[in-house]
Amino acid sequence: MTKADLVDEVVRASKLSKKQAETIVNTVFASIVDALQGDDKIELRGFGSFRVRRRRSRQGRNPKTGARVHVPEKRIPYFKPGKELKDLINSDASGAEPVRGPDDSGGA
Amino acid sequence: MNKAELVERVAQKTGMSLRETRTLVDAVFDPDPAVGLIAAELVQGGKVAISGFGTFEARARKARVGRNPHTGAALEIPATKAPAFKAGKPLKETLRKAATVG
Repeated sequence: MTKADLVDEVVRASKLSKKQAETIVNTVFASIVDALQGDDKIELRGFGSFRVRRRRSRQGRNPKTGARVHVPEKRIPYFKPGKELKDLINSDASGAEPVRGPDDSGGA
Repeated sequence: MNKAELVERVAQKTGMSLRETRTLVDAVFDPDPAVGLIAAELVQGGKVAISGFGTFEARARKARVGRNPHTGAALEIPATKAPAFKAGKPLKETLRKAATVG
């Protein structure tokens, strides 16, 4: 599933136009990136949180030449999955069709 | 930033109502596969690739033999799936470039 598919699904599930849905979806991800850039974390309860982790600067080696190189400090994005998402993914671990109770009308 | 704050920011930037924005954020990120599109895709073993941001996937963890650290008894830990996110290059670059700030 790509971002375009995601937007299409959103349009089907809402009353938004494709253009509106596209704008919001893009803004959602851009806002997350903005927050990370400002060292803020984004917590979406049950789904997980996006955070920034710091990697300290270190002495590395060029594996080919053996020369020492200085690897500067950097920040990397990190996603910590929420408990609910973890549990739900494993509740269907058999790979079978998701079971959603007796009123599941969307079956194949 | 929590979900409410994210919804507020997005509504402000796009001029959409809070309600519409909240519905959409839930449609993307709700952990219940019946509501959230990413969760639904992961439950079915698929991936969600957001260009410029990253990819969400369900990674398989193999079954392994673990040990009860207290009693030392061996026990079989079954195979599981774990949600995972792989950041895209643009996101990584953005953070790297801003590394001198803060």
